Amino acid sequence: MITLSHYLILSAILFCIGLYGVYRRKNLLLLLFSTEILLNAVNIGFAAISKFYGDLTGQMFAFFIVAVAASEVAVGLGLMIVWYKRRGTLDIDSMQSMHG
Amino acid sequence: MIETIAFYTFSAVTIVMFWIVVSSKNALYSMSALAAGMITISGFFFLLDADFLGVVQIIVYTGAVMALYAFGMMFFDTTREVKENIRAPKLVFLLSGLTALILVIAFAAPMVSDHIKAFYPMVEGVQNPQAVGIVLFTKYLVPFEVAAVMLLVAMIAGIILAGKKMDESLTLKIEEEFQEKGSK
Repeated sequence: MITLSHYLILSAILFCIGLYGVYRRKNLLLLLFSTEILLNAVNIGFAAISKFYGDLTGQMFAFFIVAVAASEVAVGLGLMIVWYKRRGTLDIDSMQSMHG
Repeated sequence: MIETIAFYTFSAVTIVMFWIVVSSKNALYSMSALAAGMITISGFFFLLDADFLGVVQIIVYTGAVMALYAFGMMFFDTTREVKENIRAPKLVFLLSGLTALILVIAFAAPMVSDHIKAFYPMVEGVQNPQAVGIVLFTKYLVPFEVAAVMLLVAMIAGIILAGKKMDESLTLKIEEEFQEKGSK
């Protein structure tokens, strides 16, 4: 029998994977992929809580997270395209124009 | 029984796919694995009786977001392997594990307690999409409209950011500049 803990543990594992990606990735595009993993891991947790407590609020939050993720991708990709046109690279280490 | 099998299968596939996303050196492999992981995540939503959320997951994430990434990747050179300068891989592993552990404990500790009561209980006798509609258009109407405005703002921002100088070719322009420098 699958309980709430199973889903929460899975959500935590996926969140760890996403967090590892955020720490490790130096490419902006792949960094955005890692943030998508984080958002999806949280969505699973919300949906699981929503079912096991019989409350729809979790699903509502998951919907709004999906909306936020979609707008984040639109703006983020636009910014990345502008950056790539200027610099020709997406490496985070190249974004040091403000260093002293 | 079938729920257990489905849960473990989906979990294994999702974890493997997301591990490929964070560890692959090729951006194209990463994107494909991410799309596959999104679809298996919608499987969890169907298991959790959140049918509408599962359909939204497939349509919005695998349909819209991944397509947007695919179009965006046409601007970048994705056939080349991603070179990443990682200084301390073990430290990164340890840090991410510790941070995730702290976050999970901090957020899960109040959740395990028995004080949680359903705020908006499931409506009896209706299917999931209908119940979602009832809650979304009564209790969450204002956030819904705000989310619509936010999506509009994001759409305009994306058009303005990516649409400038769309008629100029990126790669050809660089070659032309090289040729100009070489001829001088």
